[in-house]
Amino acid sequence: MNNFWIILSHTYMSKVKTKSFVVTTILTLAIVIGLSNMTNIIDFFNKDSSEKIAVIDETRELLSPLQEQLKLTDSELILENYEAGAVEAEKAVEDGEYSGLLILEVDETNLPTATYKTMSISDTNSFAAIQSGLQQIKTQMAANQINLTQEQLAALYEPVSVERVALAENAKTEEELSQARGLVYVLLFVIYFAVIMYANMIAMEVATEKSSRVMEILISSVSPIKQMFAKILGIGLLSLTQLILLLGVGYFSIKQNLDSMEGGFFSVFGFGAVSVATIVYAVIFFILGYFLYATLAAFLGSLVSRIEDVQQMITPMTLLVVAGFMLAMFGLGNPDAPFVAVTSYIPFFTPMLMFMRVGMLSLPTWEPILGIAILLVSIILLAIFGARVYKGGVLMYGKTSSFKDIKKALQLTKSDK
Amino acid sequence: MVLKLEDVSKRFGNFTAVDNLSIAIPEKEMFGFLGANGAGKTTTFRMILGLLDATEGKVTWNGQPITYETSPVIGYLPEERGLYPKLKVKDQLVYLARLRGMKKEEALEELKKWLDRFKVPEYLDKRVEELSKGNQQKIQFIAAVLHKPKLLILDEPFSGLDPVNVEQLKEAVLEIKENGTTIVFSSHRMEHVEEMCEHLCIMHRGRPVVHGSLKEIKRAFGKKNLIIHADFDLSSFESYPGVTKMKRTPEGVHLQIEGENVAERILNEIVGKGFVRRFVLEEPSLNDIFIEKVGASYE
Repeated sequence: MNNFWIILSHTYMSKVKTKSFVVTTILTLAIVIGLSNMTNIIDFFNKDSSEKIAVIDETRELLSPLQEQLKLTDSELILENYEAGAVEAEKAVEDGEYSGLLILEVDETNLPTATYKTMSISDTNSFAAIQSGLQQIKTQMAANQINLTQEQLAALYEPVSVERVALAENAKTEEELSQARGLVYVLLFVIYFAVIMYANMIAMEVATEKSSRVMEILISSVSPIKQMFAKILGIGLLSLTQLILLLGVGYFSIKQNLDSMEGGFFSVFGFGAVSVATIVYAVIFFILGYFLYATLAAFLGSLVSRIEDVQQMITPMTLLVVAGFMLAMFGLGNPDAPFVAVTSYIPFFTPMLMFMRVGMLSLPTWEPILGIAILLVSIILLAIFGARVYKGGVLMYGKTSSFKDIKKALQLTKSDK
Repeated sequence: MVLKLEDVSKRFGNFTAVDNLSIAIPEKEMFGFLGANGAGKTTTFRMILGLLDATEGKVTWNGQPITYETSPVIGYLPEERGLYPKLKVKDQLVYLARLRGMKKEEALEELKKWLDRFKVPEYLDKRVEELSKGNQQKIQFIAAVLHKPKLLILDEPFSGLDPVNVEQLKEAVLEIKENGTTIVFSSHRMEHVEEMCEHLCIMHRGRPVVHGSLKEIKRAFGKKNLIIHADFDLSSFESYPGVTKMKRTPEGVHLQIEGENVAERILNEIVGKGFVRRFVLEEPSLNDIFIEKVGASYE
């Protein structure tokens, strides 16, 4: 067992110290911190950027109601009456004195129309604010023209109230669902990227050891099976290190900024109520998913003789992960779909699909347990099969690297009995 | 301390890589494995190491089968370089030695001794890919012997080395042997085996065609070499009874003869014919034996 720990710690330590690991970890941490501080960052850049817009009001009646309207919607736009004429106004916009020129007119039915001139039409925010402000005024004026009262108008525009109620006892309310969606979405991404990244890393490691022929020395001191699992565990610890850093930093960063996030950019994601159960399931499914794909990657990696062939060899595996991810993404919008439920029991999809369902729906406990059990059994079966291929595969050197080699590798191992 | 292979065969599907090989290598011996490419040397080594199991027969070390329990007493230098190209010499040799049951500090100390011995102490912190092939081979050699194995297996240890390095490495190998390690090594280079091994085995297509101690093999081969340098024409000896081969050289001829008595007869023939500058009777070289035994079956 001693050698097992030596390989495990060697794998872990030599990887932790690599530049690529340090750089990716720091980068992802920066992204996490950046995202969770998004509102602060946006505010910081927007602080003194309240835009000034020159207004030429032909009617001399529209400007002040529009200013009122904009104030109601919290807009940062400042509308300034401009008297000197259209040509000068355009010049002022070109000089950068104003960010835009708004010309207000009325048409033949005495309803407002407007022209909005800017240097480019890429800024949709201020345009949308002006448009919706004017829309309000126009509605008011049109209502006045046909003598509608304020109450009648309000009745006309009040949205209909439709409330959705789930009858299942502990079903998630709509609000909870949208909150869960955000968390599940993010964690799905984490599982997806981590599984692809670390499975790749394992296949590369194995192929490097094999192509540099260190493998021969290694497996003359340690049994290939022990070596394979020590490697998988070592890289697994590495991934957990990264994940814990990521989740930890993300959690505290979000906690810090929770106030500023309510109602803002993040309301869609609903991080306000982070569900502990969801996180626990995420960790379980992440670990199981990792082991499943890592074992697969290790034995695929053992079949190639040259590092260049690794990508080609593990492409089918990557496609499986992508397929699982696609299904899970689709399932986010429609977690009840029967085929999502069925496919969530297929071991290669379970880590993402079952996790998505557990996070989004109120499943009876046996469902995720069954999923985990199937997953565990497949990991064990795959490990036994993979170890046998690996044992023969690491001694095989040939030009071709195809799935036919699996049979050859198994034969090599078999005669070892 | 005996390494024993008893009726060992290895088959891959229909292909027989090693066929009925029986060898016993006593303690503190150096045993040479010769053979053309694909003769089954590496497969035999892999069976000794336990990387492959024999289809038939068994390999034992002191009567015990070789397993991962015995791996700390075995050292292995594979035919091709087997090192991590990106790792520092220090890191990987200590790692490999630890896998063979050595303590970290002990391994580092031993490594420094070896690097000093090969006069390359500055390699300690270098990555393997920065070193030349010959120097990588030295590191590879250190990796095989760092943990002081009792059984050392060297697969083509001198390939790719310049003469100075070959001498350095040979010296080291001999010293390890003196310290009580059993060494099995393979080579294409007959002179290395001839110089260093007491016992040897020539493999051909998985079968041992010659096997025994160097002296016995040479005696059993029977034929000897006779070198004659003379001022007169010697070409008539080509068809002389007892001469099996003749090669002309600028100064005379090299003859392969069936025995000492043939040399005696030839000497009597040439006496009085003219001036003979050189008349030497030599033992056959391993190279002659190898070509005769292996080359013959190519035809």
